[in-house]
Amino acid sequence: MLGLFTRAVLVVGAVAGIAGSALGQTKVVKVDGSSTVYPVTEAVAEEFQAATKGAVKVTVGIAGTGGGFKKFTRGETDVSNASRPIMKGEMEDAVKNGIEYIELPICFDALTVVINPKNTWAETMTVEELKKIWEPAAQGKITMWNQIRPEWPAEKINLFGAGADSGTFDYFTEAIVGKAKSSRGDFTASEDDNVLVKGVEGDKFALGYFGFAYYAAHAKKLKAVKIDWEKDTLGPVEPSAANVIAGKYNPLSRPLFIYVNKKSVETRPEVRQFVEFYIKNVKELSAEVKYVPLPDSAYELVKSRFDRMDVGTVFGGHPEVGLTIEDILKRETVSEAKSHGDDKK
Amino acid sequence: MLDARAMIARGRRRDAAFNILGWACAVVVLSALAALLTNLCIQGLSRIDWQFLTSFPSRRPQQAGILSAWVGSILVILVTACTAIPLGVAAGIYLEEYARKNWFTTIIEINIVNLAGVPSIIYGLMALGLFVYQFHFGQSILSGGLTLAFLILPIVIVATREAMRAIPKHIREAAYALGATRLEVVRHHLLPYSAGGIGTGVIIGISRAIGETAPLVTIGALTFIAFLPPSPIVVDPALQIQPFKWIMSPFTVLPIQMFNWVSRPGEEFLKNAAAAGVVLMVVTLGLNAAAIVVRHRIRRRIKW
Repeated sequence: MLGLFTRAVLVVGAVAGIAGSALGQTKVVKVDGSSTVYPVTEAVAEEFQAATKGAVKVTVGIAGTGGGFKKFTRGETDVSNASRPIMKGEMEDAVKNGIEYIELPICFDALTVVINPKNTWAETMTVEELKKIWEPAAQGKITMWNQIRPEWPAEKINLFGAGADSGTFDYFTEAIVGKAKSSRGDFTASEDDNVLVKGVEGDKFALGYFGFAYYAAHAKKLKAVKIDWEKDTLGPVEPSAANVIAGKYNPLSRPLFIYVNKKSVETRPEVRQFVEFYIKNVKELSAEVKYVPLPDSAYELVKSRFDRMDVGTVFGGHPEVGLTIEDILKRETVSEAKSHGDDKK
Repeated sequence: MLDARAMIARGRRRDAAFNILGWACAVVVLSALAALLTNLCIQGLSRIDWQFLTSFPSRRPQQAGILSAWVGSILVILVTACTAIPLGVAAGIYLEEYARKNWFTTIIEINIVNLAGVPSIIYGLMALGLFVYQFHFGQSILSGGLTLAFLILPIVIVATREAMRAIPKHIREAAYALGATRLEVVRHHLLPYSAGGIGTGVIIGISRAIGETAPLVTIGALTFIAFLPPSPIVVDPALQIQPFKWIMSPFTVLPIQMFNWVSRPGEEFLKNAAAAGVVLMVVTLGLNAAAIVVRHRIRRRIKW
């Protein structure tokens, strides 16, 4: 018996001994960050490994956009998936640690507000109406459909939404309520969009929101609400790929990004190879995993930004909603966060 | 006379009622478990085949598999077992056989019991600071295994102590009377006799560890990983022996893969998740079965 234990102890000792010698010569590209961007990067990584016949390995984590940036600005990852632009604090961390990065939009994510197929009244909603339902002040007060529009039924609205840890929640609250993470709390929240789909599917008086990809996969069971944004003059816009690309489906469509560590690209050819492969194939692959690709002209701008190695972000550290892809690609990139007053151009 | 008969009858009625209550409880618990298992099997069983077990994750649900996940799970658990068993058993023996009972050991004992109830994510946070950053083990199998080892240490220690305590005092006294040292008593008598109980505790711990997700996500286990850790023996291009290289490799585990699939759109991914769940169940039940066999054999060998 003790023999066995001694052996076990020896193994542990040896293990601790070699702990210092890391992965050695294997080429690994490390990616972490947003779980929203994950399916895209997973698809690219899969194809990339197949294309390089396993000579370069890619790992992808789902620490979340914020968690990903934490690692990225410490220099632990080569590429960071992000469902929002880098924020002020994260830019400061990057500057402090001497990390320079290139911000590359890769595709669009669109959020879809959904209702039950049997719901015939709420096919179009304004952002103001959605805000009235979802803002923190609505908690416990706005509970009936006819509180939104008097002609709507006097039935309870059953709300389904993203869990507070998800990028979807951040994005929806930012776009609809006006302040990230500001939401009523009395709704069925789940990180798992399948739960939300099931909830809305089975309830005539339900209202929910989640990613366009999830809606597209379950389009038969649900009905998408057309969004009427008072700040533009387009009237009700339906969530569709065409409308997203045209920059019409506002404020509920957003670009997704990868951030690339400049030093990794310069010192390790496999990282450059991966990012180039990413830009070249993301159009097809993002569509395959049900996101909305950028227009071709935009991918050329993305490629030239990467080729020029333009470091920094065009957002200056503050979230903005409703930008067209041209705005994002043609603005100048900066590395130092601006103060909040002058972030509008 | 009548009174006594009434009392007996009442006692019997109560007995029967309790019997039914007990049965009802057992049926509720077991049928819940059975429903869960059947549901998993109905959804996932058809998905389990050779391809599923030998493929890496993929965006295409039909081509996706759990190779990196089950290899990762097994390697992480290997590190966990190699760390938690010797440490836990040694600590248990020390506390039970060597340590003097004073306020200090009492505090330690209370804390060990309390540690068993600490949420696993707390261990993840500790491990992130300690193993990943302080010791520079990185987001590796080593970090993951050690994290889970700490998580199950209290279980192993408590099980060891219980097993030791169950050995009759006269065994120790007889051994000491024959001039055995303390080490000899532990080695030749206490350890072999308590091996069954310790084994049970270890398996409960390992079964818990294998299903853990939160602490591993915290230390940075990955989701997409389409390669295996380096093999200990490489033949091509030149024969190379690198027995411990795998331990620093990035990894994923079955529950993380499952979690990721559950939160993806599409029925097919759900099927994959269920299939991975079945594999996880089989591994856990297999471990438990192995433990029962081992314990049974050890018990049979012991004759006091």
